[in-house]
Amino acid sequence: MLVAAFTWAELAQQLAAGIREGAIYAGLALAIVIIYRTTRVINFAQGEMATFTTFIAWSLMNHGLSFWTAFPVVLAIAFAGGVAIERVVLRPVENAPVLTIVIVTLGLALLLNGLMSVIWGGANRQFHGPFSTRTIDVGGVPISVQDIGIVAVSVGLVVLLALFFRFTKLGLALRAAAVNPESSRLVGIRVGWMLALGWGIAAVLGAVAGMMIAPVVFLDPNMMQTILLYAFAAAVLGGLDSPIGAVVGGILLGVTITLLGRYVGFIGSTLKLPAALMLILVLLLVRPGGLFGRVAVRRV
Amino acid sequence: MILELHNVEARYGPVKALHGISLRVGEGELVAVLGANGAGKTTTLRAVSGTVRRSGDVVFAGKKLSRRPEATARAGIAHVPEGRGTFSELSVWENLRLGGYTRRGNVKHEARRVFEFFPQLESRLDQQAGTLSGGEQQMLALGRAMMARPKLLLLDEPSLGLAPIVVTVIFEALEHMKGGDGMSVLVVEQNASLALAHATRAYVLEVGKVVVEGTGDELRTNESVRRSYLGY
Ligand SMILES: Nc1ncnc2c1ncn2[C@@H]1O[C@H](COP(=O)(O)OP(=O)(O)OP(=O)(O)O)[C@@H](O)[C@H]1O
Ligand SMILES: [Mg+2]
Repeated sequence: MLVAAFTWAELAQQLAAGIREGAIYAGLALAIVIIYRTTRVINFAQGEMATFTTFIAWSLMNHGLSFWTAFPVVLAIAFAGGVAIERVVLRPVENAPVLTIVIVTLGLALLLNGLMSVIWGGANRQFHGPFSTRTIDVGGVPISVQDIGIVAVSVGLVVLLALFFRFTKLGLALRAAAVNPESSRLVGIRVGWMLALGWGIAAVLGAVAGMMIAPVVFLDPNMMQTILLYAFAAAVLGGLDSPIGAVVGGILLGVTITLLGRYVGFIGSTLKLPAALMLILVLLLVRPGGLFGRVAVRRV
Repeated sequence: MILELHNVEARYGPVKALHGISLRVGEGELVAVLGANGAGKTTTLRAVSGTVRRSGDVVFAGKKLSRRPEATARAGIAHVPEGRGTFSELSVWENLRLGGYTRRGNVKHEARRVFEFFPQLESRLDQQAGTLSGGEQQMLALGRAMMARPKLLLLDEPSLGLAPIVVTVIFEALEHMKGGDGMSVLVVEQNASLALAHATRAYVLEVGKVVVEGTGDELRTNESVRRSYLGY
């Protein structure tokens, strides 16, 4: 059977689930794009960084903190960790070839993964999220409170970030440092710290994505690995250089693969990732710069 | 003296571009740097702002000047580099705001001062800087520097590619800033007669060395300067 039985209510439910998936991809994709824009580094450790901070949240909650008490603490730790990683791990290889930097972020991913296994063990852990899994009726469609909460938190964070980048002096300085480091130094911006700040923000985005998705899946050191692939796909879909692109790309991807997985029989849950990558391949053939990116034109 | 260079050398990799430059800029002075292409004028400005590796002493407002560009900017030096250094992806307003990055005061108030000289900018605040005309970009570059209220302004060929009327506006703005704010200017100019008309003093460079120095009037009447740089 190619097409499963269809009802509008179920379509709406699937859409909601897709948007929830997409919100997670969007957050992580945005983290990838922010780091890429400020440092031209593809951060392969983004997933592990997110999982690591989620484990910290788990430990805090295990020691009796409520989710919402642990939440800001974890964000602060994530931010400091992101800044520290840029300063300590990335700074020494700042001017190294791209391949070297790729290896460094891959190494960082392996290191963090190993650390998590040592500290928290490799077993699945139940992570109790802040939202209940019961469903409420939204215009005749039952949608889980958890899905709504995840989307609300993710979207809220994206909006906050957008406001920060658009309306604050620091946000402006960060954008300036990303597009033109030389001129930024000439107006007195400490470019090095801006790059570190970019990593800090990316780590916070990852931490939020991790704490949001952990209650849906299980918490283990590899939790983010598949999700990171989707996030990369979403970032590329959006154009890799465009924060809006990352968010739109994430949501689109989440919805598309959820619908494909549900309604196109042979894709199911096993072929979702290949299907997503196929879609992106096709899109990139049509629009090499992604949905929102600009293509670097090379004249010969 | 606001700025003193003692025997400053600078190099690009193995290539030495400055072979021991000494020069001074007094408070409220406009000092011009002249010389043929490749003489090291741009490099002299870059040595001050720290955008090229240098050795030798640079003293700014009585203190040894840092070699890091962000630190020189914070010390009160605004450098409008060759090629203007505007943020072409950002809007005109964002460029101006970045110009005042090191200052705490009211940006809008500072910006009004810029618009008095360059009213064209005010009507284009939301335009992407990269899409401005060449003259407008030069105005923006200067406006951005004004936003910082620098003690010393380093200007690299402000008249390059501009209509004479715009050049006049720009030099008027300079005169005003150094009169009103006690700002000093170190300006590199190909247009020597223009530079000497406004400069209190000037230096002529040749292959990374100062070969002539003097007041604007002295240089205007100097035979060899006239023949090589003024062309009459
Ligand atoms: N980035 C660079 N790498 C290598 N050499 C450089 C670099 N920039 C300048 N030079 C060399 O340093 C010397 C001085 O250059 P500089 O740009 O200071 O000259 P200039 O006096 O400003 O010339 P122009 O009037 O053409 O702008 C030149 O010989 C130039 O080739
Ligand atoms: Mg030059």
